[in-house]
Amino acid sequence: MADIFHGAAWLQYALGGLTIGAIYALVALGYNIIYNVTEIINFAQGEFVMLGGLFGVFYYQTCGLPLGPALLAAVATVALVGLLLERYVIRRARHATVLSMIIVTIAFSILLKGGAMLAWGKDPYRLPPFSRSGAFLWHGVAVQPQALWVLGIGAVVVGALTVFFRTSFYGKAMLACADNADAARLTGIPVRTMVLLSFGLSAAVGAVAGVSICPITLMEYDRGALLGLKGFGAAVLGGLGQFYGALVAGIVLGLAESFCAGYVSSGYKDAVALVLLMLALFFKPEGLFGSKEAAGLKRF
Amino acid sequence: MKAKSRWVAGVVGMAMALSWAAGVFAPARAQAGTEPYKVGAVFAITGTASFLGEPEKKTAEMIAEEINAQGGINGHPLQLIIYDDESDATKSTLAVKKLIKTDQVPVIIGPTQSDASLAVAPIAEEAQVPLISCAASYKIVEPVSERRWVFKVAGSDKHVVGKMYDYMKAKGITKIGIMTASTGFGASGREELLRLAPEYGITVLADERYGPKDTDLTAQLTKMREAKVEAIVNWSVGPTQVLAVKAWRDLKMDNIPLYQSHGFGSRKNIELAGGAAEGVLLPLARVNVGPLLPDTQPQKKVIMAYTQAYEKKYNEPVSSFGGHAWDSLHLAVAALKAVGPDPAKIRDFLENTKGFVGQHGIFNFSPQDHNGLSKDDLEMVVVKNGDWALAPW
Repeated sequence: MADIFHGAAWLQYALGGLTIGAIYALVALGYNIIYNVTEIINFAQGEFVMLGGLFGVFYYQTCGLPLGPALLAAVATVALVGLLLERYVIRRARHATVLSMIIVTIAFSILLKGGAMLAWGKDPYRLPPFSRSGAFLWHGVAVQPQALWVLGIGAVVVGALTVFFRTSFYGKAMLACADNADAARLTGIPVRTMVLLSFGLSAAVGAVAGVSICPITLMEYDRGALLGLKGFGAAVLGGLGQFYGALVAGIVLGLAESFCAGYVSSGYKDAVALVLLMLALFFKPEGLFGSKEAAGLKRF
Repeated sequence: MKAKSRWVAGVVGMAMALSWAAGVFAPARAQAGTEPYKVGAVFAITGTASFLGEPEKKTAEMIAEEINAQGGINGHPLQLIIYDDESDATKSTLAVKKLIKTDQVPVIIGPTQSDASLAVAPIAEEAQVPLISCAASYKIVEPVSERRWVFKVAGSDKHVVGKMYDYMKAKGITKIGIMTASTGFGASGREELLRLAPEYGITVLADERYGPKDTDLTAQLTKMREAKVEAIVNWSVGPTQVLAVKAWRDLKMDNIPLYQSHGFGSRKNIELAGGAAEGVLLPLARVNVGPLLPDTQPQKKVIMAYTQAYEKKYNEPVSSFGGHAWDSLHLAVAALKAVGPDPAKIRDFLENTKGFVGQHGIFNFSPQDHNGLSKDDLEMVVVKNGDWALAPW
């Protein structure tokens, strides 16, 4: 009996880790999309997640839309915020170095956080779970259906993005911009449009993460920074620009945190993520799935 | 040249004569009952703690209006001078200095937050002006030898923990797990939970801490279940206290009672938990549960009067924090009524006040206790049908 119970705890930690890991992976994907096209690391990525959740609440509760359309509207709105960031901020600074643009994104993230605080206040908000059923027990482990939604959405987004970048015309064109913007322009690729598209896409992915975790974790104006940091850790650990790398690294981070909280102490949980990140940077700076050669060619 | 300096001397002389005359006439006017009695107030009306300071300011203004509409204090109108410290301890000290030096108030209420109150306490001590803080930390009024002029009206964590442990003892619970946020609020609660447990024969089997922005608490709760605790105490503010409730419900751990700190005492938390909060237990000040109190409860009358007036005037529910402003201002007013605007006499009056019926309890101050509350001033409350109910003992 004691043995079975022990197994339940182990499984419970694993499930918690998978869920939170899928969220980190979705945030990491957002970093990767923009990085792949522009080599910019967009530190406003965490704020896109926060905005996704809060706009979901706005459309569902304030505007009274049904849940599905409300979530789609939230994702579209945040994608628009991403487009505006590119069009009116990044594009104006396009002659600056990549490092300056990264700092610009930090400024934009502070702006978004402050704006969200004014618009929504400091209270947390929640959305109802996507499927109405409550938590169920499976082998003595409590499973929230919403956690399955998060995992499923994470997997679908990774798959879709990989297909998009590997096979579609637009995807390939976007990758070409990162490899060599001048050469891409010479072959007739509208580089500016591709960069614009990457910000919109990345913001949309962030918003998807935001709306899907809001029923589990609630959402408030200052949640973005920490999610952004963990997601960045996952992106670097998996190798910047690698979609499957981000997925695996995000889940590794989530599991490491959850097991640490369960078997060591929850006080050290955040340290685990950062220690993993530092180990990766010391011993394999190109990330678990990145190639050394490709990393050598990047400016950042 | 000479004529000019004489002219200047004449003006200065006139001014001095006038100010002397004003000094002489002022007390005469006071005797006529028109000189206002001043009370200084420092609240965090804007900034991060505005959700505390805003209801405090509204409550204080409402009370001042009520008192002046009823003819003031012994015929003197009450002049309330409120400064906003913007949730910043540095600005709090400036505001208190200004109240003492420029406005020359005989008594100060506030500040809102513990850190600000700790910062201004030495100023009040040095200037010998009584200060009635609205913040909770016990360090504001201890050690009493260094806090002769400082009082506070918010209960201490030890009262909340004491009430909680009393209830557990009544229910035969001896083994508990505690989970606290790694913030000042959580750390202070954890300290008291661990310190007081042996006194009540309670063993803490699991002691978990987590960050204030954590998104998942299932691991901590699973650990509690593994440790086979008989009750769980969660001590945090903000979204984590709702996450704890949701995880506790999802893990089907509702056979192990979940206790929350008084930080959970807002109906908003029940709504956010979306039905998961049924059965959650917490100690709350009576001001939060006015309508539930029996009519024989001595505080019922003042609490209902305040609740109705506040809700009518501002169209929002009363909060614990507004209750602190009510208690501090009414104590100051009681002192002014009894002894007039003399700081030393007000201090002595406050220190010897017994049986003052306020929003947060019945205050019994003494030279050893500048808080005047006890664990008996709290009620054990349970979430029932999406609302508070008094917990059955």
